[in-house]
Amino acid sequence: MTWVNAVLQGILLGGLYALFATGLSLMFGVMRIVNLAHGDLSVLAAFLAFALIDAFALSSFVTLIVVVPAMAVLGYLVQRLLLERGLRAGPLAPLVVTFGLSVVLQNALLEAFSPDSRALPAGALGTASLQLTESLSVGWFAVLCLGLAVAVLAGLQLFLARTAFGRAMRATSDDRETVQLLGIDQRQVYAVATAIAFATLALAGVLFGMRTTFDPSIGPARLIFAFEAVIIGGLGSLWGTLAGGVVLGVAQTVGAQISPAYAVLAGHLVFLAVLVLRPQGILAPAGSRP
Amino acid sequence: MKRRTLLTAAGLTGLTSACSSGIKQSDSTASTGTLKLGYVTPQTGALAPFGEADTFVVGAVRDWFAKNPLRVGDRDVKVEILVKDAQSDSRRAGTVAGDLILSDKVDLMLVSSTPDITNPVADQCEANGVPCISTVAPWQPWFLGRGGAIGGKSFSWTYHFFWGLEDVEAVYQDMWAAAGAGKRAGGLFPNDPDGNAWGDAKTGFPPEVAKNGYSIIDPGRFAVGTQDYSAQIARFKAGGAQILLGVVVPPDFTNFWKQAAQQGYRPRIATIAKALLFPSTIEALGDLGQNLGTEVWWSPTHPFTSSLTGQSAAALAQAFTTATGKQWTQPIGFVHALFEVAAKAVTTAGATNNRQGIVDALKSLKLDTVVGPVDWTSGPVPNVAKTPLVGGQWRKGTTYPYDLVVVSNPLKTAVPVAGKVQPL
Repeated sequence: MTWVNAVLQGILLGGLYALFATGLSLMFGVMRIVNLAHGDLSVLAAFLAFALIDAFALSSFVTLIVVVPAMAVLGYLVQRLLLERGLRAGPLAPLVVTFGLSVVLQNALLEAFSPDSRALPAGALGTASLQLTESLSVGWFAVLCLGLAVAVLAGLQLFLARTAFGRAMRATSDDRETVQLLGIDQRQVYAVATAIAFATLALAGVLFGMRTTFDPSIGPARLIFAFEAVIIGGLGSLWGTLAGGVVLGVAQTVGAQISPAYAVLAGHLVFLAVLVLRPQGILAPAGSRP
Repeated sequence: MKRRTLLTAAGLTGLTSACSSGIKQSDSTASTGTLKLGYVTPQTGALAPFGEADTFVVGAVRDWFAKNPLRVGDRDVKVEILVKDAQSDSRRAGTVAGDLILSDKVDLMLVSSTPDITNPVADQCEANGVPCISTVAPWQPWFLGRGGAIGGKSFSWTYHFFWGLEDVEAVYQDMWAAAGAGKRAGGLFPNDPDGNAWGDAKTGFPPEVAKNGYSIIDPGRFAVGTQDYSAQIARFKAGGAQILLGVVVPPDFTNFWKQAAQQGYRPRIATIAKALLFPSTIEALGDLGQNLGTEVWWSPTHPFTSSLTGQSAAALAQAFTTATGKQWTQPIGFVHALFEVAAKAVTTAGATNNRQGIVDALKSLKLDTVVGPVDWTSGPVPNVAKTPLVGGQWRKGTTYPYDLVVVSNPLKTAVPVAGKVQPL
């Protein structure tokens, strides 16, 4: 029964990883940009929510109404004003820009919010659980995270498959020069993709903040999990990101069941195994670029 | 005519500057007009909460010395405090210490907050022959971790004051007994220097508590930043661990404690080091934070006063709150005490640049500080002075959401107990 419990908790944890990794996956899929500030941006979103709760005594979920659009606007501006210029200078420049953004964000947050650990109130939901059997119970909050991850990914998939703008986004991802010939402004496509990526990571950042404490320096430690989920699932594949998150989560909890020392290590080993045996990721479409 | 005046003036200037440098030269063998203190501390990065009180304490000490110059030998000297951020990184701590020694030529080095920062700085000072006073790290990792040996090798230039693992073991066991929590404890030890030292089967908690009949269920070292704790929770539940023991960082403890609540694990008492030092972590836990226990090194209720400013512990904490609008934290007292000890050592030595005199003074220094008596003549090993340690529980407060209440004093220190141990 402890093994069933480990797998179940792993799947639920994977939901949060997947939701968090969605933005990273999207930005890489469309623009081939690896956003090294991804973790720090999620911490920024959590601090925005914290400031709102501090000032207006809102519930954590209500802050999403402000935080998610605000982060989307920020994403649009970051792409248009920073990354766009970087892209013109070659593929490596945006990477360096996001690295710089990561350093600036950490220090700005430290200056603005002090180094104290903070958390967003989750109320009774934070500890409420569903008792499945005598020795098996799952937290409602973790179930909610997984549900949100599936909903967000399904919504994004529909958007990419069914709308004209989604098609333009996929086309730009495949061949930006040809798309420009067709009269599509790729800068606009890129900016919207970044806005969507920032919106999803804002949602994940607030959920992370409700789950446990955060401080200005915690971003990079989170980035590694998102990065692994994206690689395991397959770069640029949205459902792959969900699968990658779940595989990573289960690897960690099952590893922990063998010995707690192996929890994070087991995740890294699965990640390395995927890189060696199937570098395009477990769910990447056949023939796609690794 | 004009040119001649100019030349004369130039000659005169040269002459006077030669004179003054000559005077300075002869003067500096006794004492310079300025005492240069270097202070290395983590102000950014993962250890930043430890450095949070620095700005206030250093500012207050600077103001104090500006108004009350330090009397060294037969003259008043200015005190210059050079603060360097170690960025929570050992290598960086060593580098900035080197800069302070070689470029700024500090007379005395001060350093605080965790072995990661104190050890590389102390090593630099030992190598360069600069006196160094450190604090806020248990003495074993500071002394043994740098190659000191009990009854063997000790250090010439570096001195440390804080408590040791034996103190926290005594305090925690006293709290377990008072809570009537049985004899089985769950151990939450991460794979970092603290976790490895505390969980060590030969020198850590397990052999020490076994003497009093306690056994520790230790599922193994986990990586810092682990997100899921169901494996540990399952083992603690199965083993009937009514005591929870650990030394973990705040995000990991919050994750563990919430998941424990979800999965129905509730010990009778929890004594957690590191994670529960700062009030913001308890506030983040909400109602789950009530009665969580931790060790207390300093609080406003400690019956001690500063040898420098004459402030009581309560007055010092109040000054911090007035200046910053924030609740007191434990490092405030120790950062202040660093400057008390530094001032005492330099005045005893009688000269700001008499390095040998300063370490000689430290070796036999006894001083009642705001963190209690600091006495290097009676430490467990040379170079180490111990300060009193008591145990506390976080309880709902009146001014702040949670207050740290002193509930345990098995080492019979002068610190009064303000309440009884309550089970969770």
